[in-house]
Amino acid sequence: MTSNDHSFKRYDQELEEIRTRVLQMGGLVELQIHDAIKALSEFDLVEMERVDKNDHRVNADEVEIDQACALIIARRQPTAIDLRMLMGISKIVTDLERSGDKAALIARKAKVILAEGKMRIPCIADIREIGEMAVGLLRTALNAFARQDAVSAAAIVREDLEIDRKFQAITRQLITFIMEDPRMISISFEVMFIAKAVERIGDHAKNIAEQIIYITRGTDVRHVSFDQLEREAQGTDGQE
Amino acid sequence: MSLQESAPLSIAVGYNKNGDHPPVELNTQIAFRNFNFHYGKFHALKNINLDIYHSHVTAFIGPSGCGKSTLLRAINRIYDLYPDQRADGELLLDGKNVLDKGIDINHLRARVGMVFQKPTPFPMAIYDNIAFGVNLQERLSRTEMDDRVEWALRKAALWDEVKGILKQSGMSLSGGQQQRLCIARGIAVKPEVLLLDEPTSALDPISTMRIEELISELKQDFTIVIVTHNMQQAARISDYTAYMYLGEMIEYGVTDQIFIKPQKKATEDYITGRFG
Repeated sequence: MTSNDHSFKRYDQELEEIRTRVLQMGGLVELQIHDAIKALSEFDLVEMERVDKNDHRVNADEVEIDQACALIIARRQPTAIDLRMLMGISKIVTDLERSGDKAALIARKAKVILAEGKMRIPCIADIREIGEMAVGLLRTALNAFARQDAVSAAAIVREDLEIDRKFQAITRQLITFIMEDPRMISISFEVMFIAKAVERIGDHAKNIAEQIIYITRGTDVRHVSFDQLEREAQGTDGQE
Repeated sequence: MSLQESAPLSIAVGYNKNGDHPPVELNTQIAFRNFNFHYGKFHALKNINLDIYHSHVTAFIGPSGCGKSTLLRAINRIYDLYPDQRADGELLLDGKNVLDKGIDINHLRARVGMVFQKPTPFPMAIYDNIAFGVNLQERLSRTEMDDRVEWALRKAALWDEVKGILKQSGMSLSGGQQQRLCIARGIAVKPEVLLLDEPTSALDPISTMRIEELISELKQDFTIVIVTHNMQQAARISDYTAYMYLGEMIEYGVTDQIFIKPQKKATEDYITGRFG
């Protein structure tokens, strides 16, 4: 990994600023997801509305960071690690923005459930559990980005499978509830959308992990087998 | 090092910048084997091993003093003009060592053309600039010479601009035109190799662009080696890039690979501007 400073100090500062902004955006998205699920569990309408409204800040971050990347590319003609960093960041902020969308969706679904006067949410404990897993995965991804750690990133890809499995389990449970009592259909659908949104957050964390491996190792692992991804992440074919 | 030793097979089968990569067979035209060069006592090039391929553009990049121009100029033995400069090892052109004593230097320089940083038109008519070198090598009739001059000027994308003023002095042209005239002059003798030593650093951006376009078109028929300080130029027009430092070949590979994922940290430091 290149660790020396650029001959152009300003260039270094620009790259550092963008990296910092990505981490800040990630922190905001983590908070949004956490708050959305908490609002759902506690039937907190004020929180639900705040999360929904806050999504515009996440969107603004995505636009600003992409613009900053374009400016550096135009000014500096980056190559190698710098180029991969900017290409990777542009994709990472897309995944962060989509994760932010999911948080806002959870908040809106929570408002619907509240408005329908439902006092009991099926599978809420499971939703909280996968919610925590997804936030944790996102945090791990952002840490791996900060440390440029490909090995941690590869582990995230594996852990996302666990979220997928738990989502399948929730789906099966909801189907059981519907079969036992058709009056559960409406709320089960809302919960299903919420669970799906959380499962997608896990996928976005996985996408971010793949970009981290691209940035650090220079290999695009988006559509390769998991074994190959792990090999690339641990790779000895890196720099001498 | 040869490309086959330093890169995986999929790259070694050849890649060209036309946007497609059929498995092109690589034809080594020039090979350096354990090549060393001294300016007096100063050891300027250290144990260079390198293959340069026909129909491709190879760029030498590196900081000032790294030896890239020295390496380029060895290929047509222009250092022979200076008594205390000497080369050791092998420099093979189509398998024959051009460092051998028995080599016909003039014939070598007809096979290996050179264009310098500062345009160097002869102080004679545009037509004569082209005809001069050809006359030294071949006996052509007037018509044949006219055809050859036109061919060279067309190839160098200069014909349309000068066809009406062939009797005018070469020095009356603009910088960019003069450089294209030098390229036309270089290719008129139908060399196999073209050596370009920072050919656009004295030119404006538009002339630079036109010459880069020209190099991309010419490479099909020649082996082109270019020394450039402009890394973006190397990235734009070369198929292979050799990064040199302090007389050594640090890394040599497919240009696109070098600029996206170089193998050596030293290379990455240089091309990302962290060098020094």
